[in-house]
Amino acid sequence: MAEQKIDLRNLKAGGFIKERGKDLFTVRLRVPGGRMSVDRLSKIAEVAQKYGKGYVHLSVRQSIELININFADFDAVVAELGEEQQKVASCGARVRVPTACGGCEYNPNGLVDTQKSALEVDQKLFGTATGHHKFKVCFAGCPFDCPKSAINDVGFQGAVWPKLDADGCISCGLCAKSCTEGALSMGADNKPVFDAARCIYCGDCIKVCPTGAWSAERKGYTVRIGGKWGRRPLVGTLYATFVPEERVVEFIATVLAWYQEKAEGAGRVRLGDVIIREGWQSLLERLRGYFPEYVVKETIAPQVIQSQLPLPGQHV
Amino acid sequence: MQSIDLRGVTCPTNFVMAKLELEDVEVGTTVEFFLDDGEPVKNVPRSLKDEGHKLLGLQEREGYYVLTLEKGGE
Ligand code: HEM
Ligand code: SF4
Ligand code: SF4
Ligand code: SF4
Repeated sequence: MAEQKIDLRNLKAGGFIKERGKDLFTVRLRVPGGRMSVDRLSKIAEVAQKYGKGYVHLSVRQSIELININFADFDAVVAELGEEQQKVASCGARVRVPTACGGCEYNPNGLVDTQKSALEVDQKLFGTATGHHKFKVCFAGCPFDCPKSAINDVGFQGAVWPKLDADGCISCGLCAKSCTEGALSMGADNKPVFDAARCIYCGDCIKVCPTGAWSAERKGYTVRIGGKWGRRPLVGTLYATFVPEERVVEFIATVLAWYQEKAEGAGRVRLGDVIIREGWQSLLERLRGYFPEYVVKETIAPQVIQSQLPLPGQHV
Repeated sequence: MQSIDLRGVTCPTNFVMAKLELEDVEVGTTVEFFLDDGEPVKNVPRSLKDEGHKLLGLQEREGYYVLTLEKGGE
């Protein structure tokens, strides 16, 4: 047998993707939530300069990908990146690196600490084999949903339940005017009236109130499940509201266990398609067993986006 | 009462101008600002409150808002 030139364990975890050219690979780096320290960034630049072709690619899921790496350099690249500081990401039927927006740390719209959640999920669940297909998780800080959480297998979105302190209100009417959902109107006493059924928990009223009369009574994540993009896109639907930040990992693990079990023998099939086949009731009831106070009464199947020809009703 | 017209000035310039105007005002003095509807009225009052000033009123006039506040201490 020929002398083994590289450590094959590095390949197993995934994250090394074959390119077109002979012997060339893309190395996908692990950047949970898109957060990257400047020190790490310079280290990556150094390695990319030395082993790559003068550029990197910023992937849609917030990874930095080293391009044009010769497979003979794998061990050197992994060693020089520093195994502790900069890990290589995964591909295949595994839990992928979670994505996230900036969240509440410095972003004025953020309602929850998405960066903390992304890091925690990365540490505890990254790389878990699903047995079936890829599994993507995403955290958005608020219902604007810039990072598109609902097209992930499990998508989290920061949410707050607003509470009014009527004595602090100076009757300016801004909150009612700012609520895009029609959940607020000004009452006869010139104070806002809250219609809970229309509220989407965006917190705009809390943000806009000049006196701080609105505050957050509850805070947590709205969770949508069953989304994906690709050739046959699905948008995930609502399963839970106000899931506390500290139960996120457990929540994902529960969804993952259901997926692993229900897709048994089904081959390469994404969670959303399994939900469509099994019925949403099965997953919803499973989750209710563990998270009764957060799971919604009922939901709907993942929503199919018709993006391929022939469109329904058309005959080609 | 001193009135400062910030209509026609966009975010975040309006906030910075309000902040500069307030530097020349005694603590405890009441001042009013005219603010455009939309982003300015949503952002400027809250930002001034975060700076430690006391909001006394915010009222809509024809097409704009009048913010009344008392300058806070350091
Ligand atoms: C004041 C309001 C807003 C602020 C401060 C804001 C801020 C941001 C920030 C910081 C990002 C980057 C997130 C990241 O990748 O870490 C972002 C991305 C994005 N935002 Fe917003 N946003 C606002 C309103 C909106 C609205 C109203 C929409 C849609 C109707 C929107 C759609 C998006 C989308 C689609 C992206 C992702 C863009 C991409 O993937 O290239 N945003 N926004
Ligand atoms: S989802 Fe909300 S918190 Fe996150 S970047 Fe968009 S606006 Fe900001
Ligand atoms: S949280 Fe958003 S949707 Fe709910 S009342 Fe406030 S502004 Fe309206
Ligand atoms: S924004 Fe605040 S002060 Fe103005 S009406 Fe609403 S609760 Fe009252």
